[in-house]
Amino acid sequence: MTPSILTRGIEAANAAGRIALIPFITAGFPAPGKFRGILRDLDESGADIIEVGVPFSDPVADGPVVEEASRRALSAGIGLRGILEELAEDKDRRRAPLVLMGYYNPFLQYGLSRFARDAAEAGVSGCIVPDLPLDEDAPMRAALGETGSALIPLIGVNTGLERMRAYAGVAAGYVYLVSVLGVTGERAAFSAELAAAFTRAQSVFSLPLAVGFGFSRPEQLDAVPFRPQAVVFGSSLLRFLDEGGSAADFMKRWKGR
Amino acid sequence: MKKGYFGEFGGCFVPELLMPPLLELEEACESILPSEDFRRELDDLLHGYAGRETPLTLCPTLSRELGFNLYLKREDLLHTGAHKMNNTLGQALLAKKMGKSALAAETGAGQHGVATAAAAARLGLSCTVFMGEEDTRRQAANVMRMRLLGAELRPVASGTKTLKDAINETLRYWIAEQRSTHYCFGTAAGPHPFPTLVRDLQSVIGEETKAQCRSTFGALPDVVVACVGGGSNAAGMFYPFVSDPEAGSVRLAGVEAGGTGEPGCFSSAPLNLGSPGVLHGQYTMLLQDKDGQILPSHSVSAGLDYPGVGPEHARFQQDGRVEYHVVVDEGALKAFARLCRAEGIIPALESAHALAWVLENADKLPAGGNVVVNLSGRGDKDMDIIRGHMPELCMPARDAEKEDRR
Repeated sequence: MTPSILTRGIEAANAAGRIALIPFITAGFPAPGKFRGILRDLDESGADIIEVGVPFSDPVADGPVVEEASRRALSAGIGLRGILEELAEDKDRRRAPLVLMGYYNPFLQYGLSRFARDAAEAGVSGCIVPDLPLDEDAPMRAALGETGSALIPLIGVNTGLERMRAYAGVAAGYVYLVSVLGVTGERAAFSAELAAAFTRAQSVFSLPLAVGFGFSRPEQLDAVPFRPQAVVFGSSLLRFLDEGGSAADFMKRWKGR
Repeated sequence: MKKGYFGEFGGCFVPELLMPPLLELEEACESILPSEDFRRELDDLLHGYAGRETPLTLCPTLSRELGFNLYLKREDLLHTGAHKMNNTLGQALLAKKMGKSALAAETGAGQHGVATAAAAARLGLSCTVFMGEEDTRRQAANVMRMRLLGAELRPVASGTKTLKDAINETLRYWIAEQRSTHYCFGTAAGPHPFPTLVRDLQSVIGEETKAQCRSTFGALPDVVVACVGGGSNAAGMFYPFVSDPEAGSVRLAGVEAGGTGEPGCFSSAPLNLGSPGVLHGQYTMLLQDKDGQILPSHSVSAGLDYPGVGPEHARFQQDGRVEYHVVVDEGALKAFARLCRAEGIIPALESAHALAWVLENADKLPAGGNVVVNLSGRGDKDMDIIRGHMPELCMPARDAEKEDRR
């Protein structure tokens, strides 16, 4: 299997001495008319991969910031079909590969094969589905596999060696390590068990490790006793944008890490 | 069949972060639940503390009017007022034996919250209950009961501010507190192993019913009826019949809540009006839009007000073993009033849906036969709703007569 464009993107950043930067933004945020421009800004400001959130009515893995963004997107009429159409329009001018992050039911109702096809056409290189653990993800993985797209696993500090190994057998793209036992959102500090989980994951996966759920400031990277291959930030970016900040300014803080 | 599945329904659609506590629970269900120690302690609690067994009551007046023998399985007489206690005592005891120190629970009407708070108090566990803000206003008396029983109540202000959002919030809380806390799920739904665990703990209802029918009229009943929201009282009533080869001729009917019944209204009837999808860890029948977003549900009875249903009911429906019907708010309210006056029993509005189906379809039920309705709870909690919908029932008799003459 040829490595995913996602894997290669992270490895290229690492080869240049950088941690790969993966911003997350909910589709249609902060307003449907502004989203496309922000996506472009993120792309032009050094994002190595961009994760686009597909809104869902019942986002059980998300904290208040992402949930509220999801709620706002839904009331603005944002749906999977429209998201794919919008992403397709800028496909050829985008540099960073895209990952869609969303709960299973909207993908399921869209039709998994049809979704995989339309997503590939929109320039989507992978998906993260927080409510699809290994035990249930075979249909989604098979559908995405048909178009060469990656299903990126989401693991936690409480994921043991055995389950990590099971994921390693099927994972593609990169591995998303959730930094805390909790939902998405910013955190002041990280635990020793994160370092242990990172070490465990590094021994199991050949894919790059992206650490997310909780980063809001680059200095936090100095406080963790390991260097991830990639870092994901969502809530802090959404909050920054909602307070009127620009995507370029946000990305500037993280450059050169 | 894949573990945790009922035909094509069920499963375990949760973040990987919740798999360790769910696998731990599954293991406990296999090792602790069947043990003799556990069975004996749970039996002691159910009999000595919660008031089992509950009677099977013949309704003489209604039976005369309807032309068949109508029996009620009296889960309304159980401690804290509904069948919920069968489940919470079982899960609280299980949690204790797993070494957990705390319970977390979601609640809609508050019955499961009260039953969890009581079980936690009885067994020395701490308890946190999540309840939609909207529901805390509708069910103020249950909020007070939970607090009296020592539970911490956390109002949920996200989404529709009702049961489904309380479940979301409890799942989030459980991700963070999984080491010390057991999620005492309130109905036979959600991720594996909850649908099986809750059904097994509630099956005492159906088992007792079968034995009581045999000793009362020497046979199994012709028809058994239960209301279905998430579906735990119905699962507990139906499963012992479904799994019994001798009960193949017993007609089983589940009753969903149809809401106001106006065209296009929100309902709580996913088996009749929904389509399959994934919510709260399970693949089941859901009320959803074409994009897979979950729709708000509605029913006059808060306990049925849920846009999904336990996955085993979706399978019973697909297999054709259980039939599922819809009763609207008005039908349930009429059945409520009729049972109060005819038999001196105030049912929960949830259970009134099951009774209403029997009353509305009496001419098609077997004359001279035996019909059992699971009276899953009592109506004390519903007084404000009843006063709002049927003020005439609540007036002093003389005032009501004056109203009639006007």
